[in-house]
Amino acid sequence: MDISKNFFELFALPVSFHVDLSQLSARYLELQKALHPDRHAHLSDRERRMSEQYTAYLNEAVATLKAPMSRAQYLLKLQGFDTTGESSVAIDPMFLMHQMELREQLEEVPDQADPFEALEELSDEVDSILKQLRSDFDAQYAAQSYDQAVATVRKMQFLEKLSVEIENLEDHLDD
Amino acid sequence: MAYSDQVIDHYENPRNVGKMNDKDDNVGTGMVGAPACGDVMRLQIKVSDEGVIEDAKFKTYGCGSAIASSSLVTEWVKGMTLDEAEQLKNTSIAEELALPPVKIHCSVLAEDAIKAAVADYKEKQDKK
Repeated sequence: MDISKNFFELFALPVSFHVDLSQLSARYLELQKALHPDRHAHLSDRERRMSEQYTAYLNEAVATLKAPMSRAQYLLKLQGFDTTGESSVAIDPMFLMHQMELREQLEEVPDQADPFEALEELSDEVDSILKQLRSDFDAQYAAQSYDQAVATVRKMQFLEKLSVEIENLEDHLDD
Repeated sequence: MAYSDQVIDHYENPRNVGKMNDKDDNVGTGMVGAPACGDVMRLQIKVSDEGVIEDAKFKTYGCGSAIASSSLVTEWVKGMTLDEAEQLKNTSIAEELALPPVKIHCSVLAEDAIKAAVADYKEKQDKK
C-alpha cells in the first residue's frame, strides 16, 4: 500500500464529491484483508508496526471518504484549503440569523404539545438544507470554484453540528 | 479539560441573556459564528444619544467558554462608549476567564461580536 497516494487514489476512485460507496467498501475490504496484522504473525516487529500503521491509515481513509462532510473537507484540503481549524471567519449574517432561529426552535422542542412531531419537522428542514448544500458543493468543486466551495463547507459544518444536537435530543426524548 | 471557576460561574449564571429588537435605531446587532465548532453568537447593544452603551444582551449556542466569553462582554460594555467597546481585546476576556489555549478562539468570537454590533449600530446611524 502506498501512503503517498491520496485517499481517493488509495481506493482507485476518481477525485470527486460523488463516491460509489459500494465500490469504496469493496476496495476497503480487499486492502484490509491484505494488511490485517493477524495474518502476519511471522513478521518482524518492525514489519508488524508498519502493517499496523497502514491499517490505521486505511481506516482513516475510509472514514473520511464515507461521510459527506469529511469527504468535502478532505477534497478542499487536497486543493490547499483547510476549513477544519478555522475559528472566526466572516459568515453571511443572514445565514447566521437563520442558524440562530433553528437553534431556538430546537431549544423549544421539549415544550411543544407534540415534541416528537416538532423535532421531526426541524430535522426534515435541516436535512433538506444539508442536501442542498451538498449539491451546491458538488457543483462548485467540479467547477473549481474553490472559494464558493469553502463557503459552502463552512455552512455545512454549522448544520452538521445542529444535526448532532437534534439526534441527541431525539435520544433524550426517547428515554 | 476543566473549566475555570470564572467560566463555570458565567455558564451557570449567564448575565444578560436575551434579545432586543434589531429594527430599533438605537440597537446594534452583531452576529458571528465559528464554523469549525458550529458555535453561533448574537450580541446586541442599546446605545444612548450620547454614544454610551446603556444595555447589552446576548444569546450563544456553543460551548461553556463561548457562553462565558459573550456573557462577560455584555457585563463589561455596559456604560462604555462605542469607542471603548470597539477597543475591547479578546486577550482581556481570555485572561479574565482563564481560558486555556484551545479555547482562546471563543474569546476572539466574542470580540468579533461586539465589534460587529458597534459596526451595525454605526451603519444604522449613517443611514439616518
